[in-house]
Amino acid sequence: MYEKPLPVIDPTTRPFWDAAKAHRLVVQRCEDCKMHIFIPRSNCTSCFSDRLEWVEVSGEGTIYTYTIARRPAGPAFKEEVPYAVAIIDLKEGPRILSNVVTDDVEGVTIGQKVCVIFDDVTEDVTLPKFVPAES
Amino acid sequence: MGKRQVVIVGVADAPLEKGVIPGGANDLEIQARAAKAALDEAGLKLSDVDGLSTAGLWGIPGPGQFATLSLSEHLGIRPKFSDSTNLGGSAFEAHVGHAAMAIESGAIDVALITYGSTQKSQRSRNLGGRPPSFSLQFDTPYGLPNPVGAYAMAATRHMHEYGTTSEHLAEIAVATRQWAMKNPGATMRDPLTVEDVLSSKTITDPLHLLDCCLVTDGGGAVVLTTEERARDLKARPIYVRGHGESQTHMSIAAMPDLAFHTAAAESGVRAFEMAGIGPEAIDVAEIYDSFTITVLLTLEALGFCGRGEGGPFVSNGRTGPGGAFPMNTNGGGLSYAHPGMYGIFLLIEAVRQLRGEAGERQVANVKTALAHGTGGVLSSGATCILSNH
Repeated sequence: MYEKPLPVIDPTTRPFWDAAKAHRLVVQRCEDCKMHIFIPRSNCTSCFSDRLEWVEVSGEGTIYTYTIARRPAGPAFKEEVPYAVAIIDLKEGPRILSNVVTDDVEGVTIGQKVCVIFDDVTEDVTLPKFVPAES
Repeated sequence: MGKRQVVIVGVADAPLEKGVIPGGANDLEIQARAAKAALDEAGLKLSDVDGLSTAGLWGIPGPGQFATLSLSEHLGIRPKFSDSTNLGGSAFEAHVGHAAMAIESGAIDVALITYGSTQKSQRSRNLGGRPPSFSLQFDTPYGLPNPVGAYAMAATRHMHEYGTTSEHLAEIAVATRQWAMKNPGATMRDPLTVEDVLSSKTITDPLHLLDCCLVTDGGGAVVLTTEERARDLKARPIYVRGHGESQTHMSIAAMPDLAFHTAAAESGVRAFEMAGIGPEAIDVAEIYDSFTITVLLTLEALGFCGRGEGGPFVSNGRTGPGGAFPMNTNGGGLSYAHPGMYGIFLLIEAVRQLRGEAGERQVANVKTALAHGTGGVLSSGATCILSNH
């Protein structure tokens, strides 16, 4: 039984989670100004165009900032501490928040290269997470 | 005819014992008690109030979602202007701005702003229990401690860019505690050292327990009217000279720059511009201190020091009693009280300092004060500039 909080998926965000379930990382891209966009929405935050398309991204990124949780975010995370939560700059531009999954949590650092993995936490939900990239 | 000058004529905060309301009370009663005390101080009656502002996390889900309906019913008033703007902890500085515009326009004459929280006595603080919908569906499943984890990530980034240290952050907690030791109403009054802060347990890197605000109950009220009306009232009027607000994000992942408090910078510029003064004119600053890093980022954003200079700026007790930059003189959210949304207490303390009523912690020759609230996860900023002349 998976006890941790699960995303409240809605029609706007469904394509992201469906793709994750298929082990693909997707974000939106504005067909007019070509900007990549995350989180999912109906309009471009740069030019307000409503012509957004879903595109698969490389899954490669760089840690912009992070924290190591020494105390859990609720009882469901108790067994995980210490664990790394990071904001990652994806190669294509958008920022995404996730976990950096590693045996060397003390080695997590700003500027570190990471790449996506997919954690099938329930039958319905897959969480994109990141691991340090092969050096 | 110039526009009507807005003044604060009454403030009150709920007395606490060990961080809780003695004898217990619900969130509405706490606000009613504070409202009565603030109106009594002003020499106004409840029936004079025609504008009502409140924000909180009380009664949600439930009737708290209609905050001013619940509160005006409880008070037994029918306000013609109401404001339940909720920007997080900065809401009350924004309420002052909105109420000031309503008073200036002539729409209302007397505005009452209140806040109440029983989060400690009711053990109701449960930000982690919010359903992870909208943008939070991309945060909460990953176990980001809320809200401290978001502030920790800002601190990590600031340290990376500017060499800020945990010692710098600890200086803020220590100076704030020294003010609390001069405030009989403060919750935490034992001496504190930088070493104590650094050796307190790490909650989430790089923030320690003593970098974090308290979790208490609390309540407060602020009453505003016109300068003209205040001539017949007993309280010394405190002038609202400038106000501003801004907001940038809900999820910390959407914050434009985690090493810079953009909402505070935008809010501050607007408030200073309206007041026609700059940061150097501020005699005492009341700066939202949910976490030590909140203060450091806000000082830079408001222009009290340069970007990246917050660490050296707060060093050597600069913000404590006797320091060159008196700040958070009631003991702040770090040592006085933090009921979840602290912003109203910044206003209350600024007014007391401007009236010269702050007792042992009174700063000498205060003419102009700044109160700056921060809400959410560095999501919003709202600034008020007040003066006693």
